[in-house]
Amino acid sequence: MTEMERNLRNKKIAEKVYFSMCGLFMILTIAVLFWILYDVASKGYSTINWTFLTDRPREQMTAGGIWPAIVGTFYVASLTIIISVPVGITSAIYLNEYASKGTLVRVIRLSIRNLSGVPSIVYGLFGLGLFAATLGLGTSLISAALTLSIMSLPWVITASEEALKAVPQSFREGGLALGATKWQMIRQLVLPNAISGMATGSILALARATGETAPIILTGAAFFLPALPTSLSDRFMAMPYHLYILATQHMSPAQVRPIAYATALVLIAMVMGLNMVAIIWRYQIRKKQTW
Amino acid sequence: MSDNGVIFSTEALNLWYGKNQALKNINVNIKMQKVTAIIGPSGCGKSTFLKVLNRMVDLVPNVKYTGSVNLQGHNIFDENINLVNLRTRVGMVFQKPNPFPKSIFENVAFGPRIHGKHKKSELNELVEKSLRQAALWDEVKDRLNEPGLSLSGGQQQRLCIARTLANEPEVILMDEPTSALDPAATSRIEDLVRSLRKHYNIIIVTHNMQQAGRVSDETFFFLNGELIETDRTEVIFTNPKDNRTEEYITGRFG
Ligand SMILES: Nc1ncnc2c1ncn2[C@@H]1O[C@H](COP(=O)(O)OP(=O)(O)OP(=O)(O)O)[C@@H](O)[C@H]1O
Ligand SMILES: [Mg+2]
Repeated sequence: MTEMERNLRNKKIAEKVYFSMCGLFMILTIAVLFWILYDVASKGYSTINWTFLTDRPREQMTAGGIWPAIVGTFYVASLTIIISVPVGITSAIYLNEYASKGTLVRVIRLSIRNLSGVPSIVYGLFGLGLFAATLGLGTSLISAALTLSIMSLPWVITASEEALKAVPQSFREGGLALGATKWQMIRQLVLPNAISGMATGSILALARATGETAPIILTGAAFFLPALPTSLSDRFMAMPYHLYILATQHMSPAQVRPIAYATALVLIAMVMGLNMVAIIWRYQIRKKQTW
Repeated sequence: MSDNGVIFSTEALNLWYGKNQALKNINVNIKMQKVTAIIGPSGCGKSTFLKVLNRMVDLVPNVKYTGSVNLQGHNIFDENINLVNLRTRVGMVFQKPNPFPKSIFENVAFGPRIHGKHKKSELNELVEKSLRQAALWDEVKDRLNEPGLSLSGGQQQRLCIARTLANEPEVILMDEPTSALDPAATSRIEDLVRSLRKHYNIIIVTHNMQQAGRVSDETFFFLNGELIETDRTEVIFTNPKDNRTEEYITGRFG
């Protein structure tokens, strides 16, 4: 065997080892994920029934259902999307299409990227200070939604910018060269080709925000509140917080364990459902896209 | 000033990308009702010169230019020039065909629509006329609602030409419009350029000497940002005055 052949063989072996390692870790990750899902599903499944989904918690949360938490999560998630998506998309359009590509924009973009790494409890504190206290909104649905919106904004902006960047420059040039104004060009050539990417990115951001606990505990989620919120200044129950209480704060945790698992299952189903919608949507758009 | 047979005239045109000067003191008249070819080695400023004429060069960050460029006697560097208007009068076809991800019909109707033409009958007429002029009508008349991107490369480029024609421009700028196409598609575009020369002022950048010879009336030779020589095409190709032109034409560099 020549030196070269030996080298080649060694490289091949190294490559094999490397690929097997990657495969192993991938299988491990997936296994853990499925194990968690299986664990939650098997322990929570039998508790879920119509009453559980539509009734309020009863008898110190040891009976009844989680309807107020579902509604609360739904409300806060809807408000979050209503607030963060328009602001996020507009910011992305401004950053990507209008702002001149200088240092300032780079700094802003970098800050936005960094903000998406800030722990959610920090957003909670920020929301408590700004919305609940300074702006006098109190701990309420609107404070919590604003806090979650601020937290989701970096994700929405980043996803929207990616979607805008994916639109070929040649469409923009072609439009402008035909005498379109910048806004006509954006409106008719860029946005229609970016909007789906923006939407899927926003849904993913929402899915993450829906599962957050820390920001809403500090800004508006209630420990126990059987009545549904009727205005923006009401407090509300939310699934992640409810789960947290059942798991750690309840006086007889063993007794409510099945309810906790069932709540977790509903929450996971909701978040995964949102993710699936986004993924399928994105897949269908990719399939249709010819550029 | 508009009836002296000149469509564009530049005076002391200088252009920089940052610190790099891409056009150096260009003084030239571009004649009306002619096909003008722009030739020269890669990086000599051909595309830049073309993009000045419809101010698409403005899109480049850090670009700076001085001097003046007159379109029918009006300086297009004037600060109150209307870019929408300029780019409608001076259309552009790009090197790589760039149809929009819309139907064939909507591609051609894009220009008229943004300029406020919405009547269906008017649009139909204009789209058909433009596609006919671009020698594409017969191939697409039964599939106007199919995506423009479903056409072949050569058809896409003719679609882009039709799209430009739908604006009823005075000038059409073409930047190496056939460099991404096969020989058959290239020769169709060349035929098209020849047929359009009666009604439009065409300025075409090309790397291909034979193409310049086949389609153009006038030829400009650029080198390193300078305009070395301008003359009737047959003179440039048979009897150039500057030996740099001759060296380029005979393939000694570039
Ligand atoms: N967007 C830009 N930013 C900075 N410099 C540029 C830009 N576009 C072109 N240049 C520079 O300007 C000079 C002229 O470029 P231009 O594209 O006009 O050449 P060209 O003659 O069209 O070349 P080619 O035949 O390769 O297309 C080159 O030195 C090029 O590097
Ligand atoms: Mg070029």
